[in-house]
Amino acid sequence: MIIVNGKEINLTEDTTVAEYLEQNQYQVKRIAVELNGDILPKYSYSDTMLKDGDRLEVVTFVGGG
Amino acid sequence: MDNTEIKKADTFTLGGKEFTSRFILGSGKFSLDLVKACVEKAGAQIITLALRRANEGGLANILDYIPEDVTLLPNTSGARNAEEAVRIARLSREVGCGNFVKVEVVRDSKYLLPDNYETIKATEILAKEGFVVMPYMYPDLNAARDLANAGAACIMPLGAPIGSNKGLSTKDFIQILIDEIDLPIIVDAGIGRPSQACEAMEMGAAAVMANTAIATAGDVPAMAEAFKKAIEAGRSAYLSGLGRTIERGASASSPLTGFLQD
Repeated sequence: MIIVNGKEINLTEDTTVAEYLEQNQYQVKRIAVELNGDILPKYSYSDTMLKDGDRLEVVTFVGGG
Repeated sequence: MDNTEIKKADTFTLGGKEFTSRFILGSGKFSLDLVKACVEKAGAQIITLALRRANEGGLANILDYIPEDVTLLPNTSGARNAEEAVRIARLSREVGCGNFVKVEVVRDSKYLLPDNYETIKATEILAKEGFVVMPYMYPDLNAARDLANAGAACIMPLGAPIGSNKGLSTKDFIQILIDEIDLPIIVDAGIGRPSQACEAMEMGAAAVMANTAIATAGDVPAMAEAFKKAIEAGRSAYLSGLGRTIERGASASSPLTGFLQD
């Protein structure tokens, strides 16, 4: 199980960050990712395997003042 | 006098970028389809954004509605201390839309007043990391000097509480910053009417930021345009040098000789 944006997610097979983002249709060029409190650079998405207990934050821009 | 000399464009600079528009547009409380029209009507070259958790499912993103030549200014809203502001700023830069950041540290949820002390701490860290730091602050001269020393690119004092549309409640203190701080002073928060934006520019502010005043207007793009005109008028007035006031009595505008009864 991993936690994405505060929500518990069960992964049934080995998944990289890139695969997870693609499967859930995140717009990769519009987001930033934090893995266990540290920024994960975009170039690391495809070689970072998600493991049990990982906490992922996926953020983007919204309207704001 | 050389009449062919081209008049230098009236610009101001932030982080090495030159801007001709002095209207910074906030993008909060808008429907996405109004964002583009507002940017165009406002003639804005800088637009603020907030960073939040992304939704899955490939939904429309506000970035799809902002023209590419507009400079994005992510804020650190939601930060309650310097550490959180730094985290949000770093994540914002990681999205890949530049290194501008509006530092906003608020720990008072009733009045949403900025915490100048934490703002200074965040500004110092982020400026060292190469961010163009635009700190939102309560207009205090000492804090503004500390922000300047910490590497801020400008100072963004509030006119009135965020979203209040009450105008230049802090006018006298903003004037002190304009007179004493050698950085662009950008009036942020509380500006509710074009006339108030105009007044801030007449005082010598480098730019004005507005969001709620426009987002809550009857005709949103039309209000964006009204603000643009007011800001330009105020800037022209400032550059022209305002006429003097007299405390008592009057001063005739028409000649005091040659009346018909003479």
